[in-house]
Amino acid sequence: MPMSDTTTTNSKPGWFSALANPTRFIGLADRIIPVLAVLTAITLVVGLYLGFTAPEDYQQGSTVQIMYIHVPFAWLSMMCWGVMSLAALGTLVWRHPLADVSLKAAAPIGLVFTGLALATGSIWGKPMWGTWWVWDARLTSVFVLFLMYLGIIALTRAIDDTSRAAKAAAIITLVGAINLPIIKFSVDWWNTLHQPAAVFRLDGPTIDPSMLWPLLIMAVGFTLLFFTLHLTAIRTEIWRRRVQAMQRIAARRADGRTGGRSEGHVR
Amino acid sequence: MLTLYLRDLKLGIRAGGGALIGILFFLAVVTTIPFAVGPDLNLLSRLGPAMLWIGALLASLLGLDRLFQADREDGSLDLLLLASERHMLPLSVLVKCLAHWTASVLPLVIAAPLLGILLNMEPIALGAATLTLLVGTPAITFIGATGAAVAVTLPRGGLLVSVLILPLAIPVLIFGVSASYASVTDPAPFLPPFLILCALTLVFAVVGPFSAAAALRAAQD
Repeated sequence: MPMSDTTTTNSKPGWFSALANPTRFIGLADRIIPVLAVLTAITLVVGLYLGFTAPEDYQQGSTVQIMYIHVPFAWLSMMCWGVMSLAALGTLVWRHPLADVSLKAAAPIGLVFTGLALATGSIWGKPMWGTWWVWDARLTSVFVLFLMYLGIIALTRAIDDTSRAAKAAAIITLVGAINLPIIKFSVDWWNTLHQPAAVFRLDGPTIDPSMLWPLLIMAVGFTLLFFTLHLTAIRTEIWRRRVQAMQRIAARRADGRTGGRSEGHVR
Repeated sequence: MLTLYLRDLKLGIRAGGGALIGILFFLAVVTTIPFAVGPDLNLLSRLGPAMLWIGALLASLLGLDRLFQADREDGSLDLLLLASERHMLPLSVLVKCLAHWTASVLPLVIAAPLLGILLNMEPIALGAATLTLLVGTPAITFIGATGAAVAVTLPRGGLLVSVLILPLAIPVLIFGVSASYASVTDPAPFLPPFLILCALTLVFAVVGPFSAAAALRAAQD
């Protein structure tokens, strides 16, 4: 990776650039991850409790409780691509050294959230719509998102050189971000089986507060879960790269030593 | 730029029969489907536009990995990148895409009405399907250029290009097929999906070459 040009500024580096130092980042992550994990556990427990004690829907009965996990999964599947797009900008524009690590670490998490959103959605769809799957606009576009996560993961694994893989993945991520608004507004543009947005609307949520609160708490809980997992994955990836670099250096040293010796013996 | 266009066009037509294989693949896909769904002419005429579109989509994805790879092998890609100070690189990519489209996708569009007759499609549907293919397939080539540029350094990039590009090409497919159907079924209007298809092509004509140029530069250093 080319070094960023040194336009020597006297000002101290901002916190964002300070994080470019992997050691400093790991130190910060070591401190933040336990706190986030505890917060995640508390929020999810509270959210699940509220979710199970929330009133049943007059039409859907108890199956409506799937909503408390399905909707957060679906939100997160889109938010994760958003985070990846920011990371992609970080790679391409600011050449932040941790941005590509962040992108690579986020992709599998996003894949799992998207898969869970699709799975819980079809478990919910079976009793409500009478079918596991319909080729409805939102379902199809989320499925396309699932395929895009798989494509990104395949791409990052296919290119050996990490910096080259990072740029390729960043470009594809940004192009793929076109799909996000299509998913968000698909239920408004194509009025199909999936219900339109009920929470984030201009005229206020159309969902009853007794259901809204558990939903929001679960959403916050899963968002915290996402960031916990994401930070952990970034930390793991940094460590993995360090180990690889060390192995490479060790191999080169060993190679140089034995190579030199054997050459000496032959001649 | 015109020289580049002509050069790519000639290469595409002469070298290795890439364009011809594309058409053969298109024919093979479209003729396989009646074997799969049965020779019922009513059903075939209903499925016709969708089959033509899927065949064209697959056939144009098939040739995409050669868009930059051949140039990389003989070194002319490096020359293009070096000349990027005089000729804007995205523009060169756009020209290359247009040449690739003329050489290997335009024949598919021309062959589409013939196949449509075999599928018992109505004349209006036939015209509409051909028109949507004419307008929509450049979008696939443009956005495919991004995938081809990303995968240019990979030895077996062809499959990866298809995996990366297919999700992005789905909107093109949706609006292309819905415009073709709208010409036959009465209540649905033809113009709105067709105009959206045109818009998609124009958007991808900007997004595709720029991101492809960025990817080519990234693959270089």
